[in-house]
Amino acid sequence: MAQSQSGNHKQYFFDKFGLTERVLERCLGEALSAGGDYADLYFESVASTSIGLDESLVKSASHGVSAGCGIRVVSGERTGYAYTDNLSADRLLHAAKTAALIASGPAKQPVVGFKETVAAPSLYPAPAFDMDTDLSAKLDLVTRADRTARAFDTRVTQVRAGYSDELRRILIAASDGTFASDTQPLARLNVFVLAKEADRTSKGTSGGGGRVEIDFFQTEKTPEHFAREAARQAILQLGAIAAPAGEMEVVLGPGWPGVLLHEAVGHGLEADFNRKKTSAFAGLIGRSVASSKVTVVDNGTMPGRRGSLHVDDEGSATQETVLIENGILKGYLSDKLSARLMNMPHTGNGRRESYQQIPMPRMTNTYMLAGEDAPEDIIRSVKRGLYAVNFGGGSVDITSGKFVFSASEAYLIEDGKVTAPVRDATLIGNGPEALKYVSMVGNDLALDEGVGTCGKDGQSVPVGVGMPTIKLDRMTVGGTGSR
Amino acid sequence: MTTLIDSKTDLKQLAAHIVEKAVKAGASDAEVTIREGDEFSTLVRMGEVETLKESGSRGMGLRVLMAADNGYRVASTSSSDFSTEGVEHLVKGALSLARVTSEDPFAGLAEAGEFGSLPGDLQLYHEDVYSLPTAERIDYARRAEAAALSADTRITNSAGGSFDASTGRKIFANSRGFTGEYQASSCSVSCSPIALGKSGEMQRDYWYTYARSLARLASPESVGIEAARRTLRRLDGRRVKTQQVPLVFAPEIARSLIGAIFDAASGDSIYRGASFFTGKLGEQVAAEAITVIDDGTMVGGFGTSPFDGEGLPSRRTVIVERGVLSNYLLNTYTGRKLGMKSTGNASRGLAGNPGTGAGNVYLAAGEQTPEEILRSVSSGLYVTELIGQGVNMVTGDYSRGASGLWIENGELTYPVQEITIAGNLKEMFRNITSIGNDLVFRGSVASPTLRVDGMTIAGE
Repeated sequence: MAQSQSGNHKQYFFDKFGLTERVLERCLGEALSAGGDYADLYFESVASTSIGLDESLVKSASHGVSAGCGIRVVSGERTGYAYTDNLSADRLLHAAKTAALIASGPAKQPVVGFKETVAAPSLYPAPAFDMDTDLSAKLDLVTRADRTARAFDTRVTQVRAGYSDELRRILIAASDGTFASDTQPLARLNVFVLAKEADRTSKGTSGGGGRVEIDFFQTEKTPEHFAREAARQAILQLGAIAAPAGEMEVVLGPGWPGVLLHEAVGHGLEADFNRKKTSAFAGLIGRSVASSKVTVVDNGTMPGRRGSLHVDDEGSATQETVLIENGILKGYLSDKLSARLMNMPHTGNGRRESYQQIPMPRMTNTYMLAGEDAPEDIIRSVKRGLYAVNFGGGSVDITSGKFVFSASEAYLIEDGKVTAPVRDATLIGNGPEALKYVSMVGNDLALDEGVGTCGKDGQSVPVGVGMPTIKLDRMTVGGTGSR
Repeated sequence: MTTLIDSKTDLKQLAAHIVEKAVKAGASDAEVTIREGDEFSTLVRMGEVETLKESGSRGMGLRVLMAADNGYRVASTSSSDFSTEGVEHLVKGALSLARVTSEDPFAGLAEAGEFGSLPGDLQLYHEDVYSLPTAERIDYARRAEAAALSADTRITNSAGGSFDASTGRKIFANSRGFTGEYQASSCSVSCSPIALGKSGEMQRDYWYTYARSLARLASPESVGIEAARRTLRRLDGRRVKTQQVPLVFAPEIARSLIGAIFDAASGDSIYRGASFFTGKLGEQVAAEAITVIDDGTMVGGFGTSPFDGEGLPSRRTVIVERGVLSNYLLNTYTGRKLGMKSTGNASRGLAGNPGTGAGNVYLAAGEQTPEEILRSVSSGLYVTELIGQGVNMVTGDYSRGASGLWIENGELTYPVQEITIAGNLKEMFRNITSIGNDLVFRGSVASPTLRVDGMTIAGE
């Protein structure tokens, strides 16, 4: 079963573009002709569909296909890269020649015979998305979301709902014998709601999905679920007061607030930054970077998750990697290049946005393991602080370590009780320091609903985050109100 | 696989051919976009080439409109497959998708008389961006980094120097007889040095030069030296107490506020009521000295184009005039929704409906020098960097991470970091109390130095 699945991914490229193993070997040979140490070919074919509903009308439906191949040559610390969207043998060879020029000398590295790695499709299905078959089911999702959000409250004035999916097929052949292929589905449903009362307008957003098929939205996370959540947030924000300003105790809710980990530590632990010593975490392995209650992992092997992959974009199997264990920094996230140059474990985190991009170390699903505290006890322990349960996005300066993330749903905590909702506010901290102030960790670990997209050097990739409820004794909250 | 076209000069014909095929297959109207581009980039780090990338790609998109009792049903497809079969799929797919979308009374192409293209040479394309041999391109990146590394002993590391160049061609054709095409080029040199502070903390900043022609780039050395200066001034920063003080936004930061004015006045947000500028046309929305213009016609501008994403000529629109919101930015659809005419601001991807796109957006320069503005502040913050999103365009709530330099008695003193600045854009635009005379276009959005009062710094 696994064998035939994997064979099909490969066969797709061979049949559709007339590729053969012989062509791939010739391209790799050409790529190494100027003396490179390593070369790989990354074939990608993507089919995507999206449907947009606005003002209760399906105003857009689109379908797109794209295909191409990226050819990389590594020579020492240097990388040469070229790509083509024409997959004929002569264009591939031309691209290989262009990438080869990063090295200068006679060929020295032979192409090793391909060893096909068979990734059992255990994490997500390999569906044959056909744009026509599921179209009415997809329309049904956005229509139901619209209906539910509008029925939620009379103050709801606008609803937008969007469904999008893509099916990405990849084939990777490398001079070290790597030969891997995969078919990766990704689907997402989003709802945006505006609510109005007197002269106040507010918004609520919700969404989710993962490497799933459409039945996920019919059985597990329904359009009604996302619609109610977006409408609830919009209505809640109508009554929000100014967020406080300054340093205070902060409690973060479970799930998506795990974006804290992604920004505060995740990026700083990507191996490329540490190889170049441009990360605030460089040289801190074995040192304390968080309270002893904190254990953080990156795990690309979680079934159906947005950040999961059978193989990364270098054809290596993904894995679970411990980044921080009981507060001690344990390791980095690496790709082939950084693992080799740093002489450290290869964690299967080489990812890229598309065939037009050079792979680099990236996160998959990053989360903090559960602790022992009950969430109610955590809130009860705070005299005056902020309880933040939903966030927009975040950002980090990996060199100084300063990171931000923006709360879109948060409340004041007064005398151990959650009270008034507050307006949007950005939280700021210093990566290597922030998690040292984690004093309580909840027993309620949750992963986000599947909305994360991470940007690095202009490349976007889908990721997941997760966290239990936690308490930080100190964090700066960027509101406008008094403390 | 048969290839329908292979030389560059045939893309316009191909676009017209696809429009024709779509109409023959049953579309009431059709629009085709074709894009073709080449890129080169190289990164040099610590004097050694780290990456070298060179490639090109193209794509095409089709949008079809099907007349119905009550307006049009629309759908779109996109593809990188330029074969005969690829085009067949593109057309068939779009028509099939259009069966399931809703009839929209406001959908439809612009009126016949509205299409057109700006005359004359807009100087968007210069062949010289690719004129250098690879070794010299690498040298541009190397020279920028070397200048930064040798600027000061505290610059100990680097995220690299880079040289990038690209050219692109856009073709747009529709079933109302419009066919247009233009080429654009750009190149840049940038540098990102890292400096080490007394306590062992690292800081990084960057600088760049960006132009449509190689001849107009600043020297790589000047980029490296400025990048070093900006990095060094961040070293040994402190936090400050939570307080309300005047903020002075450096021009490269102030431009994000001007971008927010454009977004707030975009028709998409206005007709949905999703912008805090909704219903404010003709009202005072900013300080009286504020005039903000979107000009898609500036010769050689980074945001200039001869026609917009729907084939309407680009134009100049005053968004805010002496503090009063004077125009929304519209495409054909959002114009109809609001009972107005398009302002030639349609943006266009390969697939999907037109959005709203900016030309060159700027806040008209004032009279004061940046030094005079700093001197007017007895205690405040000069903002040199913002991080994070933190802007809610529905409510105007604004809260972002910031760093900069503390202003004391009109002089810049110590660096400040790990703080946030917060306010509400509606009030911030009204509280712009000084406008600099230092308007320079370093991209398609530009602002002079601005002083904004009444915002909150959150820190210790």
